[in-house]
Amino acid sequence: MAAVTPGSIDRKAGQPMRWPGIETGLVYVLLVLSAILVGAPFVYMIAGSFKFNAEIFGIPLTILPRNPTLENYSRLLSGDEIPYLRQFANSAIIAVSQTALTLLVASMVGWGFAKFEFKGKRVLFIILLATLTFPFQVTLVPLFLMMVRIGWLDTYWAIIIPGAVSAFGAFFMRQSMLAVPSELVDAARIDGASDWGIFWRIGLPLSRGALSVLAVLVFLASWNDYLWPLIVLRSTEKFTYPVGLATLIGLYRVEYGMILAGAFIATLPIIAIFIAGRNQLLNNLTIGAIKG
Amino acid sequence: MAKWRRQAAPYLFISPFFIGYAIFFLYPVLWALYLSFFQQVGIGSEPKFIGLGNYLNLFEDETFLKALFNTSYYAVGSIFVIVPAALLLALVLFRRILPGREFFRLFFFSPNITAGVVVGIIFTLVFGAEYGLINNYLLKPLGIPAVRWLQDPAWIMPSIIIVGLWRYTGINALYFMAGLQTISMEVREAATIDGASRWQVFRFVTLPLLRPTLVFVLTFAIIGSYNLFAEPSILVGAQGGTNNAGLFMTMYLYLTGFRFLKFGYAASIGYALAVVILLLTLLQGRLLGIFRED
Repeated sequence: MAAVTPGSIDRKAGQPMRWPGIETGLVYVLLVLSAILVGAPFVYMIAGSFKFNAEIFGIPLTILPRNPTLENYSRLLSGDEIPYLRQFANSAIIAVSQTALTLLVASMVGWGFAKFEFKGKRVLFIILLATLTFPFQVTLVPLFLMMVRIGWLDTYWAIIIPGAVSAFGAFFMRQSMLAVPSELVDAARIDGASDWGIFWRIGLPLSRGALSVLAVLVFLASWNDYLWPLIVLRSTEKFTYPVGLATLIGLYRVEYGMILAGAFIATLPIIAIFIAGRNQLLNNLTIGAIKG
Repeated sequence: MAKWRRQAAPYLFISPFFIGYAIFFLYPVLWALYLSFFQQVGIGSEPKFIGLGNYLNLFEDETFLKALFNTSYYAVGSIFVIVPAALLLALVLFRRILPGREFFRLFFFSPNITAGVVVGIIFTLVFGAEYGLINNYLLKPLGIPAVRWLQDPAWIMPSIIIVGLWRYTGINALYFMAGLQTISMEVREAATIDGASRWQVFRFVTLPLLRPTLVFVLTFAIIGSYNLFAEPSILVGAQGGTNNAGLFMTMYLYLTGFRFLKFGYAASIGYALAVVILLLTLLQGRLLGIFRED
C-alpha cells in the first residue's frame, strides 16, 4: 500500500483513476438514485397506512398523506375484521419457540461434528450437506399428511417442531464451533468436566457470535414464512400474521389502508432486530459463501 | 462404563438433530416418492397405483408446463439481471473511500428481510395500473403510456423479476463483497501496474478468483427461483393471474396438493422440481468451469 502514489491509483481498489472526483461523484449519484428506488416502496407503505382509501386510490397520487388518519390502525386492531393482534402474537410465539429449539438442536449437532471423532461421521456429514440444496417442496404433501395423522393440524407444533430440524443451522454451527480451541476442551476433560458440561460452559459461550447470527436468521425466516403456516393452520385464531394479512387481501382488497397498516406493524419487529443485530449479521451472514 | 460413555457422547449430541431429520425430512422425502406413483385425491381416499402415470401426465399438463416455463423465465432473469446487478453493486461498494458505504450496504440489504407477503402487498401498489407508483411517477413524466404490469400476461414476469431485483440484489452483493475480500489486493494491483485495463483486471483476475462465490450465489439464485411463492401469490393471486402468466411451480404444487387435494400428483410435482433444480445446478457447475483458468 505504502508504495502506491496517492492520486495516481485509487489505493483500495488498485485501479488507475484519471478523474477521481468526477467518477466518484457519478457513482455516488447512481447509488443515491438506487437507494431512493429501494426506499420508495417502504416509504409508500408507511405513508399509505396513514391515508384514507380514497387517497391511496385517487389521482393525483400523493406520497405523504394529505389528512393523516389513524383509522386504518384502529379498525385493524379492533379485531372486527380479523384478530390481528392475536395473529401477531401467534407469529411471535412460533418464531421465538422455533428459534430457541433450532439453536439448541443445531448447536448440539454442530458440537458433535466439530469436537468428536466417531464412526459414521463422514457419511452423516455428507448427508447433511446434500440436504442443504434439496428442495423442501418435496416434503410438503407427506409432512401435511403426517400432521393430519398425528393430530397436529392447526397447532403451533406443526410449525415449530419440523422447523427446528435445520440442516443449514447444523452446518452453520459446525463451521463456527470448529474454531473453539480443542486444547480448552481437552483441559476441561482432564479436569473431570462432563461432555455436557464442556458443551454448555465452553462450547456455547465461545460460539455466542454464531449463535446470535443463527438466532436472527431463524427468527426472520420463521417470522416471515407464509407457505407452511398457510398449509397447516386452519382457524383464524391460529393464523400467523402473513396468513392473516393474505386473507385480509382476499376479503377487503379495497380496504388497502388497513392492509398497509398490518404490513407496517409486522415489519416493526424486523426493523428492531435489524438495527440491533446489523453488524453481527452483515459480518457473519456470508460465512458459507466464501468457502463455496 | 466410563469408556462406554465416552463413545456414546458424540451420538448423544447429534441424535436430537438426526432423529428429527429422519422423522420430518428423510421419511417424508421417501414417502413423497412412494406417493408419486399413486393416484390419491383427498384424505382417507384409497390410493391407486399408477406407476409413472403422474410423471407422464406432467408432460401433457399445460398448466404444469406453463409453471415450469414461468419459473425458468424468472430463474433466467435472476441469473442475468439480479446476479450481475449484485456483482456491480459489490464492486462499487467495495471501494472503501466511498462516504456512507456502511449505510448503503445496510440499506440495499433491507428488502431481503421483509416478509414475502408484505413485499407482495407493497408492490401491488407499486405496479398498480391506474394508481401505481411506477406508472404515475416514472412513466407518466416521460410520456410513456401506463403499463398494466400485473394484468398484462407479457408484463407479469418482468414485474416479478423487478421485485426480485429489489429484494435480492443487496444480499447477493454482500456475498460478492465477502468473496472480494478474499482476493488479495496485490494480485489486482500487480495486473494494473502491468498495464491491464480495468475490464481486463475484472475479466481475467477478479472474476476467475470470484468463482467459488459465483457458484454459491448462482446455486442459491436458482433454488430461490423455484421456491418463490409468497410474492407472486399476493401480486397476481394464488391461481397465477391472467393466463397463468404468474404461476410458479411451488404455487402449482400448492394448488394441486392443498386446494385440489391431489396428493399423488402434487408429490410428483415436488420431485419434478427437485430434478430440475439438480440438473440446473449441475449444468451451472459445468458452465462455470470455463472460468477455471488455473
